[in-house]
Amino acid sequence: MITDWRYLLTGIGIMAGMTYLIRVIPMAVFRKKITNRFVRSFLSYVPYSVLSAMTFPAILYSTGSVASAAAGCAAALALAYWNKGLLTVALGAAAAVLLAQTAGL
Amino acid sequence: MKTGASELREGVRDGIPICLGYFSVSMAYGMTAVLSGLPLPAAVMISLTNLTSAGQFAETNLILAGGTWLELAITMLVINIRYFLMSLSMSQKVEEKMTSGQRLAVAFGITDEIFAVAMKHPRALSAAYMAGLICVPVVGWVGGTFLGGALTSLLPASISNAFGIALYGMFIAVVVPAAKQARPVLFTAVLAVILSVVCYYTPALTFLSGGWSIIVITVIASGAAAFLFPVPEETKGDSEKKKEGMEP
Repeated sequence: MITDWRYLLTGIGIMAGMTYLIRVIPMAVFRKKITNRFVRSFLSYVPYSVLSAMTFPAILYSTGSVASAAAGCAAALALAYWNKGLLTVALGAAAAVLLAQTAGL
Repeated sequence: MKTGASELREGVRDGIPICLGYFSVSMAYGMTAVLSGLPLPAAVMISLTNLTSAGQFAETNLILAGGTWLELAITMLVINIRYFLMSLSMSQKVEEKMTSGQRLAVAFGITDEIFAVAMKHPRALSAAYMAGLICVPVVGWVGGTFLGGALTSLLPASISNAFGIALYGMFIAVVVPAAKQARPVLFTAVLAVILSVVCYYTPALTFLSGGWSIIVITVIASGAAAFLFPVPEETKGDSEKKKEGMEP
């Protein structure tokens, strides 16, 4: 157990400060709507590329076995394709993983 | 025009699935952090002040290993630099009347999942909506850390393993319906996945690990999509109408 609270608190302060700076600078600087068409297009596609890149292939290693993760991933893709909500898709994926693990995958 | 109270309610409702997802992940965080020797109050403090998964997991390991301040700062910058792009993207979607103080507060709550849900929201983002959308997940994140740390290792491993996929499921739930509706979104998503897989499995590219690869891929995929499929010019009248909804 770490007992050096001076070290801990300074470290936590640095972590928190760095994370907040990254989040706050764009929000504080770009107060107006950007009119440049390319930049607006770029920013409108950012959510989809960032989320897609974060999901694949990391999702396959999120459960402890690639087979069960693949089952969960397939369930999530199917549920999302049928326009199910966020919670349904998330829980459906977890349920598929549990099922697959129970089946020994 | 929606009232503040109904905006807040909507934000709370949209925040609940994130809260549940966060709860299980942060329980795992609380457990591992405490088991590896971090005092419980420190783990809770980290969750409350950082509100970031990969970043705080890595930094906790660094702190436990006695990392230097510079190491802590640079690692966090690399892992979380994606928030910079998210914040930039979100700055274009907040209501223009949002005050400086509210903007500074909203910036604190930019996470992958909150960003994803906020960008799916059909209207400009109001402070009240964002308050609900941020506060509910924060409660889940901090509460889960505390409970996980306090209970250390009572949850069966199979259950917490299965929940590891829940947050990725949410990302899929955001991307797939949008990709189904709009060809350019499908193009962006497929390109990003291909690049990400190539990055992950190419030994020569492992230096682009974690945070950097996400940034590089995001810039390339969004840039290609913006070049090939520019969004239509919006006239001021149109955007005003959209924001006001079906007012008489």
